[in-house]
Amino acid sequence: MHSSGHVALQHHFDDLDTQREASTFGMWVFLCTEILFFGGLFLLYVIYRQRFHGVFVQASRHLDVKWGGINTAVLICSSLTMALSIWAAQINRRKLVVVFLLVTMAFGATFLGIKAIEYGDKFHHHLVPGANFHYACPPGEECHPEQAQIFFSLYFCLTGLHAMHMVVGLGILSCLLLPAWRGRYNAEWHNPLECSGLYWHFVDIVWIFLFPLLYLIGRHVA
Amino acid sequence: MDTNSAAALDRPSYLTDGYGWKSWLLTRDHKRIAILYLVSITFFFALGGIFAMLIRLELLTPEGDLVQASTYNKLFTMHGVIMVFLFLIPSIPATLGNFFVPLMIGAKDLAFPRINLLSWYIYILGGAFTLWALIHGGVDTGWTFYTPFSTTYSNTYVVSTALGVFILGFSSILTGLNFIVTIHRMRAPGMTWFRLPLFIWAHYATSLIMVLGTPVIAVTLLMVAVERVLHLGLFDPKLGGDPILFQHLFWFYSHPAVYIMVLPGMGVISELIAAFARKRIYGYRFVAFSSMAIAVLGFLVWGHHLFLTGQSVYAATIFSVISMLVAVPSAIKVFNWTATLYEGSISFQTPMLYALGFIGLFTIGGLTGVMLATLGLDLHVHDTYFIIAHFHYVMVGGTIMAYLGGLHYWWPKMTGKLYAGFASKLSALLVFVGFNLTFFPQFILGYLGMPRRYWTYAPEFQVWNVLSTAGASILGVGYLLPLCYLTWSLFKGKQADANPWGAKGLEWQTTSPPPTYNFDEPVVVTEPPYSYVAEQHVVGQQEVESA
Amino acid sequence: MSSFTLPFFPEEASSIAGEVDAMFAVWLAISLFFTALIAALILIFVVRYRRRADDEVGKSEHAGIWLEVTWSVIPLLIMLAMFAWGAKVFFVAHRAPADAVEYWAFGKQWMWKFQHPEGNREINHLHVPLGQAIKLSMTSEDVIHDFAVPAFRIKQDVNPGTYTFTWFRPTRIGTYHLFCDQYCGAEHSKMVGSVIVMDPRDYAAWLAGGAAAGQSPVAAGAQLFSSLACVTCHEMGPGRFARGPSLQGLFGRQVVLEGGRTVLADEAYIRESIVQPLAKIVKGWQPIMPTYQGQVSEEQLAQLIAFIKSLGNAPAMATGAEHPPGTLAPGDSGITGAASAPAPQK
Repeated sequence: MHSSGHVALQHHFDDLDTQREASTFGMWVFLCTEILFFGGLFLLYVIYRQRFHGVFVQASRHLDVKWGGINTAVLICSSLTMALSIWAAQINRRKLVVVFLLVTMAFGATFLGIKAIEYGDKFHHHLVPGANFHYACPPGEECHPEQAQIFFSLYFCLTGLHAMHMVVGLGILSCLLLPAWRGRYNAEWHNPLECSGLYWHFVDIVWIFLFPLLYLIGRHVA
Repeated sequence: MDTNSAAALDRPSYLTDGYGWKSWLLTRDHKRIAILYLVSITFFFALGGIFAMLIRLELLTPEGDLVQASTYNKLFTMHGVIMVFLFLIPSIPATLGNFFVPLMIGAKDLAFPRINLLSWYIYILGGAFTLWALIHGGVDTGWTFYTPFSTTYSNTYVVSTALGVFILGFSSILTGLNFIVTIHRMRAPGMTWFRLPLFIWAHYATSLIMVLGTPVIAVTLLMVAVERVLHLGLFDPKLGGDPILFQHLFWFYSHPAVYIMVLPGMGVISELIAAFARKRIYGYRFVAFSSMAIAVLGFLVWGHHLFLTGQSVYAATIFSVISMLVAVPSAIKVFNWTATLYEGSISFQTPMLYALGFIGLFTIGGLTGVMLATLGLDLHVHDTYFIIAHFHYVMVGGTIMAYLGGLHYWWPKMTGKLYAGFASKLSALLVFVGFNLTFFPQFILGYLGMPRRYWTYAPEFQVWNVLSTAGASILGVGYLLPLCYLTWSLFKGKQADANPWGAKGLEWQTTSPPPTYNFDEPVVVTEPPYSYVAEQHVVGQQEVESA
Repeated sequence: MSSFTLPFFPEEASSIAGEVDAMFAVWLAISLFFTALIAALILIFVVRYRRRADDEVGKSEHAGIWLEVTWSVIPLLIMLAMFAWGAKVFFVAHRAPADAVEYWAFGKQWMWKFQHPEGNREINHLHVPLGQAIKLSMTSEDVIHDFAVPAFRIKQDVNPGTYTFTWFRPTRIGTYHLFCDQYCGAEHSKMVGSVIVMDPRDYAAWLAGGAAAGQSPVAAGAQLFSSLACVTCHEMGPGRFARGPSLQGLFGRQVVLEGGRTVLADEAYIRESIVQPLAKIVKGWQPIMPTYQGQVSEEQLAQLIAFIKSLGNAPAMATGAEHPPGTLAPGDSGITGAASAPAPQK
């Protein structure tokens, strides 16, 4: 469908299709960058996990699987509602787009809230790396506070970077609300929605990797 | 001359499309953004050059008599940081690439003009962080930020410099992203992949590295900054961390980064050789694919920076052999450029002088690079002036020669002005001679064993250091000259035709300087690149050398 | 150095220097050939095919696939050959010969400290006898340094927290530059010294008359071993009460750890076991050893390692004889049979 007179068409594109393809493709390229960005930290995690296996398993017991599990469910649901808002645009349901966007943002905020509870808990137990870090070794087990500190450093870097991506995602979605309310996204043109959705799903997928790596694997359920 | 200038003002172009500061600082025109970049990187090049001159002056004598040891360490660190991250990486892609990628594929602009402008602002922000560190006392870790020195022992402004480089990374990621999408989606009708000029292929390969490599160094330097502030222990052996891990992550980007710096230069050289031999590049597809091969293999050779860190000899063996492999596509390019000259119609305009100089210097840089990849030889010359000489042959003899050549080639298109022929040829000659005099003695110094980053050195090394410093002063003049006559040409230069060199390529089919949306009429491509045909009358050949 | 000299090559003063130089000479010849070839072709072409008329164009031809293959494969073959040669030299430079004598080197900002097997210590200067293979075990007390002697054509990073090794066999009497080649801070360029190669008899005389003479690392290590009370847990003879695994014949063997993994008992392992004793627990023993981090210097660590190495392999000691009833740690010693010969002892 050529729509050369469309309001969303930018000056340097010939038609809306080219513009859509370009921005979707650009988002995919950006996500490749993001994978490598997280990749450096994942690599550090994998190497240190292999090196300090025992302590990493031990320290991971300080993470709360319940909260982590709830957060995983919250994020998966948010990805669903994100996809549903795109679907709503495709069938020209203006209000439904807004509703699903709001629900998605609510899920995202819930995730961050739970994350804040977890962070607060770590802070309370002196598990935040730095001057106040104090790691009490479980009795009768190997005791390496400095290795545990590396575990928590990586935990905070990885989840912190992820949380920052969530914040950015919430910012992007909030920018979409008004245009969505005005009916800018419809069956003909909903590309910003689609690209934001790609980003949102990516951030979700990063968590899908983080949760088992940090919370689950190697864990001895006593 | 005056009538020419008046005529130029009458003709609408991207330069006449608004005159206020807003029309520049808020522009989304890739050509104006290229000019913004050009001005910024020239500033940083001058700054890095001043540091280089101070380094060379200090090394005139074996004793440390010009500056303090700590000052010297800051000088070479700031020279490295500025030249690598603020000049070499953006040099060709952000200026010539920004300007000519859309023009050469027949597009009106890059795919994401606002992101393009954003990348310049990010660049300025990153540069500001680095300058802030510089003004407050500098940083002394070397541009490589090796841990645990950078994280624990240095007491200089490591955090702000590391954050500066972290920020600069996003500028380069966004540029790369823009190029990839533009080259994929914005080509004019008929502009198939194998009709793309080699400049575009080179930029495509470069962009891949920018997008895939830069985030790794970004996150690594972020970790260095965090580690420095919070003492996490990630890279500190006293806290259980591994400092060598930093080197792996650093070079995983920073080795491919040298290809970010040199691949666009190779693209420029392909354009220059084709234009001034009036011939299709010999083995077009081989040259195109060799860029891609370099980009891919370049990701697998980082370990050759770690031969002597105590990494396993078997790992070293693998990295050594892959490093040798990556030299093959470079050799293919050199041979193909040389073969292109055969039966060409060669003219000795200034850009061509730079291009011919590039081939010679890059050949030496490449061959010494393969020497360094030879394990038993690296054992002796690693971390000496041999490596300094090698990478300056590639980065200065390669990239900067290509950058200057490209700038001279496209200057009439970018500004609509012609520059002085004699002065430009003289400067090309000075750069070539000064460069060799500066850096060739450093190969000898390196083999003699003079370590890099030495503030004082053994007296028997002095003679070669004196030669090197003498060469640097010639090189400095060679770099100052273009600044003068190119600036002069802006005001007094003759008006340039649309195609002063009689070259092929879409960028020469539009006016000089081009209109805001690049082409007045829709572009349709019907022939392969560099289709110089004997029967065809070449229009617009202009006497360039008489300005 | 009074007369004006124009040096091109450093002196060759070690057993591998000749081969490194030969390799360099071959590379130089190859490079000269290709650089000259490219330069000559460019000059010939640009003169012969210079533009004679303004509207002249070049004669484009299609790429000859065989030409492309030729100039890809020939450089590749040359490089592979040079790679093999370089790797061979590199392997030689990484494997100390059996007769090598172990010296210790410690880098710190900004000095080198050396310890001779006879006990003499030096700072920034290292005296060695001509013709004797010297193995240097090195570590750093702070940042990464690099031990480089251009006349020997060797170089090796010196890392904190672990050990690296290099070796050389000096072949010429003289005094040679020692550089730190890895940037290490403000006085990096002052972290220089010399390696003094002496006639063996002069070296013996120097050792005897040396002011810095002291205990050998092994003897010093033995003394530390008792003064730090290591011996109370790591018994030295059979049949005694033991809380920790025997160290007799430990060095160079595979040790079975708790959880079934095995690890080679090398310098890094022993160092880690002293500084972070609980990082690797030998199978069958309790994690009860306290850390000695901060209590022993890098030099003392090296002495302890030298002592433990000197305990040699005494196969009888590694059998079950050392497990008296009622010890805290039933089970085997965790040390498997002699998997490999222990490192050469002095």
